[in-house]
Amino acid sequence: MSPLPAPRKPTRDAGLAACLFAIDPVGLGGMVIRSRIGPARDGFLSRLRGLLPGATPVRRLPTHITDDRLLGGLDLAGTLSAGSRIVASGLLAEVDGGVVVIPMAERLDRSLAGKLAAVLDRGVVSVARDGVMSERDARFGVVALDEGIGDDEAAPGTLCDRLAFVLDEAMLDDDFVWPGARAIARARRRLAGIVLRDETTIALCRTAAALGIDSPRAPILALRAARAAAALAGRRSIDDADAILAARLILAPRATTLPAPEPPPEPPPESQDEPDAAPPPEARETQGDDQLQEEPPGDASEELAERVLDAARSALPLDLLAALAMSGGPRRAARAAGGKTPIAQGGVRGRPAGVRPGRPGHGARLALIDTLRAAAPMQPLRRRERAVQHPGPMPRVLVRAEDFRIKRFIAPVRTVAIFAVDASGSSALNRLAEAKGAIQILLADCYVRRDQVALIAFRNRSAELLLPPTGALARARRSLAALPGGGATPLALGIDAACALGIAERRRGASPLIVLLTDGGANIGRDGKPGREAAGRDARAAAQACAAAGLAGMVIDTAPRRSGFAAELARLMDGRYLPLPYADAAALSNAVRAQAA
Amino acid sequence: MALYPFTAIVGQTEMIRAMLIATVEPTLGGVLAFGDRGTGKSTAVRALAALLPTMRAVVGCRYHCDPASRSALCPECRARRAAGRLASERVRIPVVDLPLGATEDRVVGALDLERALADGVKAFEPGLLARAHRGFLYIDEINLLEDHLVDLLLDVAASGENVVEREGLSLRHPARFVLIGSGNPEEGELRPQLLDRFGLCVEVKTPTDLDQRIEVVRRRDAFEHDRAAFMRRFAADEAALRRQLVGAMKLLPLVNVPEAILRLAARLCIELGTDGLRGELTLLRAARAEAALEGDTVVTESHLRAVAPAALRHRLRRDPLDESLAGARVERAMAALFSQAAIAA
Repeated sequence: MSPLPAPRKPTRDAGLAACLFAIDPVGLGGMVIRSRIGPARDGFLSRLRGLLPGATPVRRLPTHITDDRLLGGLDLAGTLSAGSRIVASGLLAEVDGGVVVIPMAERLDRSLAGKLAAVLDRGVVSVARDGVMSERDARFGVVALDEGIGDDEAAPGTLCDRLAFVLDEAMLDDDFVWPGARAIARARRRLAGIVLRDETTIALCRTAAALGIDSPRAPILALRAARAAAALAGRRSIDDADAILAARLILAPRATTLPAPEPPPEPPPESQDEPDAAPPPEARETQGDDQLQEEPPGDASEELAERVLDAARSALPLDLLAALAMSGGPRRAARAAGGKTPIAQGGVRGRPAGVRPGRPGHGARLALIDTLRAAAPMQPLRRRERAVQHPGPMPRVLVRAEDFRIKRFIAPVRTVAIFAVDASGSSALNRLAEAKGAIQILLADCYVRRDQVALIAFRNRSAELLLPPTGALARARRSLAALPGGGATPLALGIDAACALGIAERRRGASPLIVLLTDGGANIGRDGKPGREAAGRDARAAAQACAAAGLAGMVIDTAPRRSGFAAELARLMDGRYLPLPYADAAALSNAVRAQAA
Repeated sequence: MALYPFTAIVGQTEMIRAMLIATVEPTLGGVLAFGDRGTGKSTAVRALAALLPTMRAVVGCRYHCDPASRSALCPECRARRAAGRLASERVRIPVVDLPLGATEDRVVGALDLERALADGVKAFEPGLLARAHRGFLYIDEINLLEDHLVDLLLDVAASGENVVEREGLSLRHPARFVLIGSGNPEEGELRPQLLDRFGLCVEVKTPTDLDQRIEVVRRRDAFEHDRAAFMRRFAADEAALRRQLVGAMKLLPLVNVPEAILRLAARLCIELGTDGLRGELTLLRAARAEAALEGDTVVTESHLRAVAPAALRHRLRRDPLDESLAGARVERAMAALFSQAAIAA
């Protein structure tokens, strides 16, 4: 998932995934393509298009699509001219039997992802809006183009969980020999008749469990992929090779833990990757048959499970190890694998919140349907009036200013409290525990107000983002409890990190608040070199940069006696200064509330 | 299209039990199922729709009023009744799926635009709340629903009546339904004041047992591959469960709660520090429904034990930083309390 994975030999996996998807787009849900825009991606997409029957609808779904276009609604012009209700279908109903392409899927907001997921699950889009109630078939596959860089930006997990394949940029550049649309069409016809052995089900489930994949959707998708693979190969039943392919394509990219190596000489996947993950294409293509001849599966579902797991293991993403090492556990990796960052509600700004009478303009949008509803009862009366005052042709609907209804939107009120915590040795000695306590109080307060929190800790020579902005405070509490203390104080780096995150959050539409907890004993400069004087200078500069960026901030002094330096920083940040000895729970929470307001 | 059968759902016993209890005792306040993705929350609700027995409803009534219940009739049925006998028919118990992106006018009901434009008639067009009357209203991803809609739904669910005051319309109609919500805590928390509006709250987890997981996949595949055969395979189970439900509904009014159980429930709630009396009431109602499902006419400690986690876990005075739902705390308190009770008895 890193933007630039270590060079791998080109594989045929992307092409194979495209074929399987083209065979069963609805069953497999679709694919996430993690790649920047470019010829590799464009080429892949156009070849994928070539696999689908000519008449297949393919539609792009812009992330700013409105609900009436997505789901359907009232066709206003049609309704007015016909005088009876005309329903307009939305994009999802129009693309029934085809493929939805979502560009910039990393910007897709959660409620849109939720709607897509609901339609994917049922194959039906139900509409209950603007005077319309309808249900229409909407069975389609999704191609999500995820241009996110790093783990912070990714398509929402609700959606990714339902899409079988995850491809990254390096995979797109392959030497796959693409079959024609007719071969795919033949495979499609065979699909329903493919026979499944129970060993395959068991092997795929075991592999999913060994790789720490929680979602039951993963083995179900893998099974469907195995079916499609059998159909592609022209087989009547699912072969071991199909199961192995499905594990590699679908289970491996979702792995959150490394499977316990069964045979002792198992090298770690990272080194194994080169020889094994990408065997020469010829070998891969015929792999299944060879293995069948060498070791007939017989009754040994155990053995098949082991081989399927091996295949998945060898295709584990390169950065899984690194991600696991960084997080110290599968939990965080699970989120990364799910493709969702905990940054909540990227696009909630301007959520509709009902309708009220008022004049459109000045940012208020006219609610047409509601306006018409308001005008409707008055029509007979107004017609009579008008007939007297202005004899002549009569407009179909007489709308007056008092009918106008406007949509209300909730302003962006998402507040993110960014806690930058000094976890250095001096601070640990002083009162890291108390600082933690103070944060807990503040967290409780944030919870009540449904704010989000982020946690940055700085010690030794770096500042680390322990918790990206999240509304799940239980998580914040956990990472706070696990916060270690000790080492030098790179105060400037801590402030810089908080400042950068604050600016990034503001760009996402949130209003950030920086809460710096320190004893003011800076002794590491921005360059990571020790030295009290330079460290102090850099910290002052960093605080000024915060103020210059217009970020709200406050400093909580954790020193046993008030330190002049922490107070100075607060002044430079244009923020409040609160010495901890006097900052009891109520004062702290009032201070944050006042700042956040 | 055939729906996945309710009885074919593997595991998730607590969620399934909670849904059955809410069916037997519709005044309980519904069920909130919070948990991991892909654990069959939506599947279970939709399957429930197919399982439910039928009910009597007034012919031609937009709210499918119950002809037997005089007090709960809508104004139109009251008028019809005054004019003569109410004709009735058996209909399916409605399970209404609230579509994401639903607008307020379709939830509450609104002025019928077509008739207003064409004929200038001010007519009310009922919304989803009317459709869900006497049945179930399911909100998937409840934490993604717009706040003003959640507030509105909970208010109607609590009052049993939909009051429409908009576009020159002023009317009210009965809207009693069992609210079922589902969501994923990773997507953000539910407002705490909404949590305890739900009668039961269950935590849905991905099964960790390998055999169970294999069975989930196996059944899903069998279902997709040959729906008709799969439905036949579970037809007997479905029928048996339906009989159990109908029996429990009949039995419910006859179920007694002994004094000792009342005391035990009260002590459990005091021990856990639940706010208000809603917790105790829900606990007792749920225990009665549980007893009815078991075919018992007297509530025992084991019924209480079975429902206490679901009835109470979301009502504990929250340490907001504690893990969001605390089934374990309920279990602990019960273990302590019930062993004492056993000794005392």
